[in-house]
Amino acid sequence: MTLWTLWRRELAARAASFWLAAVSVAVAAAVLTGGAGLLRVHDRRTEQHLAEKEAQTRAEMARLQDDYRKIMKAMGYNVMILPRDQDLAEMRRVGHPTTFMPDDYADRLAQGGIETLNHLLPILQQWTVWPETGERILLTGVRGQVPITGVQGRGDRSPIFAPIPAGSVAMGRTIAERVGVAAGETVTLLGESFRVERVERLRGSADDLAVWVAMDKVQGWLGQPGRINAILALECVCHWDSVGQIAAEISRFLPDVQVFEFTSLAKGRADARNRAAEAARTALEAEREHRLRLRAERERLFAWATPLATVGAALWVLILSFSNVRARRGEIGILRAFGVRRNQILLLFLAKAVLIGWTGGLAGAVGGVGMAVWSSGEGLSWTLIRTLVDPVRFMIAIFGGPVLSAAAALGPALIAAGQDPADVLAEESA
Amino acid sequence: MKVELTQVTRRFHTRRGVVTALDSVSLTLSDGEWVIVRGPSGCGKTTLLLTVGGLRRPDGGEVKVGSHDLYREMCSEERVAYRSKAVGFVFQQFHLIPYLTVLENVLSPAIVCPVVEGEKRAREWLERLGLGDRLDHKPSELSTGERQRAALARALFHGPELLLADEPTGNLDEQLAGVAMELCEILVRKGGTVLMASHDERAFRRAHRVLKMECGRFVS
Repeated sequence: MTLWTLWRRELAARAASFWLAAVSVAVAAAVLTGGAGLLRVHDRRTEQHLAEKEAQTRAEMARLQDDYRKIMKAMGYNVMILPRDQDLAEMRRVGHPTTFMPDDYADRLAQGGIETLNHLLPILQQWTVWPETGERILLTGVRGQVPITGVQGRGDRSPIFAPIPAGSVAMGRTIAERVGVAAGETVTLLGESFRVERVERLRGSADDLAVWVAMDKVQGWLGQPGRINAILALECVCHWDSVGQIAAEISRFLPDVQVFEFTSLAKGRADARNRAAEAARTALEAEREHRLRLRAERERLFAWATPLATVGAALWVLILSFSNVRARRGEIGILRAFGVRRNQILLLFLAKAVLIGWTGGLAGAVGGVGMAVWSSGEGLSWTLIRTLVDPVRFMIAIFGGPVLSAAAALGPALIAAGQDPADVLAEESA
Repeated sequence: MKVELTQVTRRFHTRRGVVTALDSVSLTLSDGEWVIVRGPSGCGKTTLLLTVGGLRRPDGGEVKVGSHDLYREMCSEERVAYRSKAVGFVFQQFHLIPYLTVLENVLSPAIVCPVVEGEKRAREWLERLGLGDRLDHKPSELSTGERQRAALARALFHGPELLLADEPTGNLDEQLAGVAMELCEILVRKGGTVLMASHDERAFRRAHRVLKMECGRFVS
């Protein structure tokens, strides 16, 4: 029989008390390591969450960018180049430009090397009454699209508006229906016969009442030889969200013109894209702030939960140790009567407290990390464990457990060791 | 073992005043002598046993064990050695360790002073006291008489020269009390000394001397 046999027997006999104390230390250790682990899980989730959101935003932005690119490719900015002295209000009132400019302006632009230009269509147009039918038509002279020769690779693009051969006309859908003609038939316009080259699709604009005729014929009819009253620059592409770039470039070659944007859909979409991007950025920032607030709340929770659990564990170990000393008064008395020394009695109690601390500290430290791993929702791996474990806190939990437990049990152990065996034995005998 | 108490006084300071447990007590215990001290509860019997056992330092007087004063000449380590080797204690409340078996309880003095073939000797003592079939039982599984016998076996296990027993037969029937007293007789025949606090008339008949104690003094 040795003192350690006695120690082991006592531990086994009072296992419930041992485990109750160990659990309290384990809770404190678990709060210490688990709290840190859960905060790291939170950080990890925040990073993942924000990364996912950013990726989503990037994908969305890329999609919008692509849409934008497609929109611009399909449509671009449609601008009308007019003589500088053209009164836009007057043009609105009569429905067509009322001033003129040389028709070689289109050629000068085409040869100027302006990157933003795609399609140039010089026109001479005027509302007039079709004498043979009595219908009001937008008589438009065209000479076909002017190839952009100043920019490499731009000139061989397929034209957006096919030229009208001499002796032919193209007609808007509405006017063709009104006069009852179809493509391939013949119409008489201003005393001359023309073959209907094609009937355009319904556009929902003044073009539905237009009759397109070769430029020189219209110049002749309107008494404006060698002159046009507008150049349509269609599907102009610029890298900014404004037509200002196009106007600036055009003015370098044609200082006496003005540029008038007549389709703003592309800009609207670009603005929408920017607004969407801004909204995504705002949402991302709000999410980040929300996660930071949540983290701060959790941090505050663990900031008071950790000392509370530690103090609770220490108090619980203290109570259980006192109870243990009280229950063992007679035993301590007889052991002292046998000759067991005070420091041996002290050692019996402190060794038990240290074992409680080790068991609880280790179980709690591992349990806390396990809790963090579980809450992460990821599979168990060393990488994850290394990420979630705060080594300092883990070591504090493991080595601090025995220190905490021993410190809490020191008072009761000193009382046990300092107990006068004669007092105990006499007291019990009385 | 010769024990000599001269003018031993022990007082306790309580809230109600000073209580004199031993009042100038003088007593000599010779080798091979069995002395019984009787008296009412609180008269100082247990204090006397504890003082002789080296557990209660007197306020005055001397307690000589052999040729040395137990409290003045022996240091703490020597008193521990005296208790663990030379003295066997039997207390009224037995003080068996609750989580040890009967056999382990008897072996428990060996924690301080290992005994050669301790387990064999412990078994023999328990057999002699009729507890051979209770070796692995816990104290809580024993009757009061069985616990008292286990406590007696523990006190005699390491072969003490001095047995200090507080009412060791109080809970035993006639037959077992006879066995216990026989063991005391064997001890004194071998030159040992027995100092017993008892009210048992059967013990009075076997002891060499019976002393009456009242208010911390021996009375005639």
